[in-house]
Amino acid sequence: MAHIKLTEGLPGIRGLFAFRPETAKPLCELAEVLLHQPNSLSAADRELIATYVSSQNDCFYCQASHGAIAAHHLEGNETLVAQVKESPAVAPISDKLKALLALAGKLQKGGKHAQHDDIENARRQGATDLEIHDTVLIAAAFCMYNRYVDGLATWASQDLNSYRERAAAVATGGYQRIPGAIG
Amino acid sequence: MPHIQLADGIPGILGPMLFRPETAKPLNELAEVLLRQPSTLSPGERELIATYVSSENDCYFCQTVHGAVAAHHLGGDEELVLKTKANPSTAPVSPKLKALLKIAGKVQKGGKSVLSEDIDQARQLGATDLEIHDTVLIAAAFCMYNRYVDGLATWAPDDPEMYRAQGARLAEEGYVSSTEGVGVGTH
Repeated sequence: MAHIKLTEGLPGIRGLFAFRPETAKPLCELAEVLLHQPNSLSAADRELIATYVSSQNDCFYCQASHGAIAAHHLEGNETLVAQVKESPAVAPISDKLKALLALAGKLQKGGKHAQHDDIENARRQGATDLEIHDTVLIAAAFCMYNRYVDGLATWASQDLNSYRERAAAVATGGYQRIPGAIG
Repeated sequence: MPHIQLADGIPGILGPMLFRPETAKPLNELAEVLLRQPSTLSPGERELIATYVSSENDCYFCQTVHGAVAAHHLGGDEELVLKTKANPSTAPVSPKLKALLKIAGKVQKGGKSVLSEDIDQARQLGATDLEIHDTVLIAAAFCMYNRYVDGLATWAPDDPEMYRAQGARLAEEGYVSSTEGVGVGTH
């Protein structure tokens, strides 16, 4: 049971958005810019970073929902999502994304864990300043979203199909319409 | 030196905010709602929660600037800010705020560290659902802001007067306009 009284049946962060629309608005806008708006990193790459950090933070709801959105962007390749969560270094992804996931993994542990070498490695694989910035902020933001979802003990469906069904709408329509759709 | 090319001489989070205005907007709006909009928790109490979490995350810029905002709201009581950072359970703050700071400290470690008994204790001391929600989200948000500031190795000035001045400005004018006028003429 959640630590505070939330609308029944709204899973994870969606129950919290309905409880507090004033904070839902900037939280959704941030996800929209980082994960959905045009970027030199594909939407799939960015969702994989979000999923990996959520997995490292052991947040079931966030890794299931963003993992499903990542898989949707990857034509349903759930195996790749599982491989990235398991070990980004050996997953069949580009060297640049491996370097950015390594950086995101450092951020998950704490800001000071990101060292000069991690940045240089990403840059050698072709990452731009903007891509490095966005990777750092995606990882930092999911350290927030994950703590928000688990810190209030929100309910999460165990049925993975429910995440697959929702993923298409978010992958296509983005995050900004979410608060309105609930409220 | 910051990990990416930021404008020279811009302290802390303001550098990456000027670098990426699209994300600065929701980041500032979130801080404004959580720390400054009317709430049954005073701005001083909410800034103490932000400062304590930033201190636990060892983020010099955030704990110093939000410590200065907190002190400004608390009539300049920098001693209280230091005592809260050192040990919330013995600081001269209300029992309710002690319970909320304890929850915030758990959130800093990880979402699952927050136990039902932590929530029950806060509730017994008068905390409402909205106050518990906002405490958890302030703590979670500072786990983001702190990582953003340190993860990009941003520059933090040493001069305490700079933080006092910035703390007073943020306390009075808020976060939405925090990057306005910053960096003008620095290029």
